[in-house]
Amino acid sequence: MTSLNELTLAEARDGLKAKDFSAGELARAHLAAMEKARGLNAYILETPERALAMAEVADTKIAAGEARPLEGIPLGIKDLFCTHGVVTTAGSKILEGFQPHYESAVTHNLWRDGAVMLGKLNLDEFAMGSSNETSAYGDVVSPWRRNKSDTKLVPGGSSGGSAAAVAAHLCLGATATDTGGSIRQPAALTGTVGIKPTYGRCSRWGTVAYASSLDQAGPIARTVRDCAILLGSMAGPDARDTTCADLPVPDFEAAVSRGVKGLTIGIPKEYRVDGMSAEIQALWDRGAEMLKDAGATVREISLPHTPYALPAYYIVAPAEASSNLARYDGVRYGLRVPGKDIAGMYENTRAAGFGREVKRRIMIGTYVLSAGYYDAYYVRAQKIRTLIKRDFEEAYASGIDAILTPATPSAAFGLGEKGSGDPVEMYLQDVFTITVNMAGLPGLSVPAGLDAQGLPLGLQLIGRPFDEETLFAAAQVIETAAGRTKLPAAWWA
Amino acid sequence: MSVDATTVRRIAHLARIAVSEEEVAPLQGELNAILAFVEQLGAVDVTGVAPMTSVTPMAMKKRADTVTDGGYASDVVFNAPETEDNYFLVPKVVE
Repeated sequence: MTSLNELTLAEARDGLKAKDFSAGELARAHLAAMEKARGLNAYILETPERALAMAEVADTKIAAGEARPLEGIPLGIKDLFCTHGVVTTAGSKILEGFQPHYESAVTHNLWRDGAVMLGKLNLDEFAMGSSNETSAYGDVVSPWRRNKSDTKLVPGGSSGGSAAAVAAHLCLGATATDTGGSIRQPAALTGTVGIKPTYGRCSRWGTVAYASSLDQAGPIARTVRDCAILLGSMAGPDARDTTCADLPVPDFEAAVSRGVKGLTIGIPKEYRVDGMSAEIQALWDRGAEMLKDAGATVREISLPHTPYALPAYYIVAPAEASSNLARYDGVRYGLRVPGKDIAGMYENTRAAGFGREVKRRIMIGTYVLSAGYYDAYYVRAQKIRTLIKRDFEEAYASGIDAILTPATPSAAFGLGEKGSGDPVEMYLQDVFTITVNMAGLPGLSVPAGLDAQGLPLGLQLIGRPFDEETLFAAAQVIETAAGRTKLPAAWWA
Repeated sequence: MSVDATTVRRIAHLARIAVSEEEVAPLQGELNAILAFVEQLGAVDVTGVAPMTSVTPMAMKKRADTVTDGGYASDVVFNAPETEDNYFLVPKVVE
């Protein structure tokens, strides 16, 4: 029999309902797997007592016939979501020991629906990174290895802990966040499914802010259906986030089996970037074929401002970050390092509390917002953002229902391999995902095959605003045609 | 555009991040790499284009101007490094 932690979320849900096993057994199977996998460093904090207490409540509810949609489902929570009474670090030393006295809207919704918290997942510091190497709590190691190699690989980032934990069966699904690709890139690198919903679909309330006009929460899970189930619980209106949409949450799970017959899928020619590997190109072509075979029409489109999305992001996101992270001043929470006066205290606290990448982005943001540079950098970048969004609007107006692109420029790379000298080398990881955040659209990454070294590769589907349903339908077609990725055996246990 | 060492120190001060002398040169190199990368935006014609202010077309939510939250000062200061009687304590700012 399959170990309980190797079930899909949907299978576990059905098994609990049928009383094949209890929520307590399901939680304990995960806690045991987590203990054996500590070498991967996916969790910053394990919360076994809370998990067992929540599982006990779930078993009571199931026995009483009052099971809620996620009753007894054990999840990992990215440590960017504030959890009441449970330390929340954002991967930063500056928030060491921070115990929120409130619950983020997204996690609140999950607990409302009966889910069980296993612990807090590692991430790049303040979600700034694409390899989970900027966390103050150590690198996350991917459960994946190249054929016949024991080189440690990155799980991607910033939701590296979420992706690694899902791929290594250390939770049935995980929360994650995506500002420039932080759900989709790690999902692609670990053979898992991740969706960044439309900006405004999930409330940002209680989630540590990086770049507020781009940040959006979403799930990572092992199947398209599992992602749809999780997003259905995470999403929904919230008066406390003024940018959270007042829209009812559709039945995402029902959309999974809808198919793509009659849909028109766009292939944007600008994503065929210089130096794209033949493997990625072949994967992309195969994905298009899969959709065509299922009854979709595939058409080439143009999104001319694509090349400018990444540089514009590295103005907009740091600018917002420099403002958002001003709150870490040694007064209200976290670390305080004394100085000769109050400004000295601020400067010493922030110097000791923030890591290199965070400091770099705060400083770039401060620079582009400073007197004399604001128009040349920030206003120009926001104008380019308008143009990027317009490209998508024109494509959709011409009859395109969804867009297919590669998710990442390559498979996972080794720890320490990228970005040590030039930060831009790491930034290029997000070249295919970042446009979606700039335009506020939904984007989903689904595994579509393995490269020659045996590592997973993903394809990205981009949708119309608030049309995540089409993405789930199309992603299911790819998952079915490509076959679910066989996740690595537990070499770490 | 690129930054010199003096500008790096000035930005660090504006951002309230203490930077040691040894950190200035590497930071200068990294910031200039990013600035060189974003330089290509200068090639885009943005004449007549409005800067984006909202990524999804939505009206700002409004609510009645009433008290909807509060009354738990001890929760608010719970995580502060130094407090007294539910006030945040900071180094002396007025002589």
